[in-house]
Amino acid sequence: MLVGAIWVPLALTLKVALWATAINLVLGVAVAFGLSRWRSPAREVVDSILTLPLVLPPTVLGYYLLVLLGRRGVFGAWLDRLGIELVFTWQGAVIASTLVAFPLVQKAARAAFEAVDPQLESAARVLGLREAAVFFRVSLPLAARGITAGALLAFARALGEFGATLMIAGNLPGRTQTLSVAIYAAVQAGDDGTAGLMVAVTSVTCVIALLLAGWLAPDHLRRSRP
Amino acid sequence: MSVDIAIRKTLRSDERHFELDVTIASQQRRIVLFGPSGSGKSLTLRAVAGLLTPDAGHVLIDDRVLYDSTSRVDLPTRVRDVAYVYQDYALFPHLTVAQNIGFGLDRGWLNPGRRRRDARVQRWIDSLELGNIADSYPSRISGGQRQRVALARALATEPRIVVLDEPFAALDPALRGRMRAELLALQARHDLQLMVITHDPADVDALDGHTFEIRDGRVVGAPGGPGSWDDARLS
Repeated sequence: MLVGAIWVPLALTLKVALWATAINLVLGVAVAFGLSRWRSPAREVVDSILTLPLVLPPTVLGYYLLVLLGRRGVFGAWLDRLGIELVFTWQGAVIASTLVAFPLVQKAARAAFEAVDPQLESAARVLGLREAAVFFRVSLPLAARGITAGALLAFARALGEFGATLMIAGNLPGRTQTLSVAIYAAVQAGDDGTAGLMVAVTSVTCVIALLLAGWLAPDHLRRSRP
Repeated sequence: MSVDIAIRKTLRSDERHFELDVTIASQQRRIVLFGPSGSGKSLTLRAVAGLLTPDAGHVLIDDRVLYDSTSRVDLPTRVRDVAYVYQDYALFPHLTVAQNIGFGLDRGWLNPGRRRRDARVQRWIDSLELGNIADSYPSRISGGQRQRVALARALATEPRIVVLDEPFAALDPALRGRMRAELLALQARHDLQLMVITHDPADVDALDGHTFEIRDGRVVGAPGGPGSWDDARLS
């Protein structure tokens, strides 16, 4: 009984967090690389806007998402015609988690790209590589450690996402009820046993992700340089 | 076999205004740019490799136009066939010695594998006696070995010209003499076109090439030919 009550939201939470992290790995890394190479005064303005999800209350983010993606929203009506529904679905929860965790990947990746010695990238160009090949063979592998640390932080953040998820995906047991939402529901229902166990599971999972992130952080395991 | 360079470039920053106006023409296989640091030697090398775009002028290697402001030619770095050996070698820290040497042989999106080794890579490993460190990472090898790897990586792509930025400055004095001799032997064996920059008169003596002295962004005095350097310095 208890195992089932925990396993269903845990599996959903892991699925949502993994998807959110995967999307952020592509999106966050691409944006970070672009920003690290962009020479413009507007760069820091864009960076600040992209950092907003870190400081805005998740409920505010959730509200924005509802306005944009809801059936009467700006993109929602358009998505509705394509038969795509995001509100009250687990895919909606993925979007909420992706948005909330995005700055963690973007910031870590940007710092990692900026730490790559530009001379190594020049050396690759001199040896005949195109820009895309320089990215995949030099910049990305040298930044990989920092990006991975950022992705683990983002994963941990996505695991605990509550506010924005509740706003857009709601609290449908088995469909959109992630662990943090289920904990809230269990406490509301006075089911302290289930709530306590879920709190423990969430805490342990987050601690493991953070330990991994700390272990991969550039300060601890700096790649030995000549 | 010729090098014909004439470039102008004005660099401005808050604290510095620098004018580079260098003309180098030579038919010789060994060209030496000699001068203090900050004189514009490295800028000249960067312009040859296409890492710096001059304001005006031309760069021709063996009559092939790499850059010409009047006919608006500016070949991208990757197709210039110029090999660049950096002062601190710029070896890729995430790749083994063998992978570094093979780096420019396959220009796709993937680095050479650690297991498979190209026959051309093996030839350079044998030629420069790097066999026992072929699977090591650059951080684990000595300064002299790093320089050999940097040379092998540069030469593996069969460039038309090899430019070397202070190739001996990072080595301890005992090793310097040996590496100078190695470079000359390598040049003789593979008939390489070399352009070396240095601030060290001992390098100029040892390399005994067509020497241009550069100061404050300009070539000063008449270029010294091989063997003439000592006379030029005394006069």
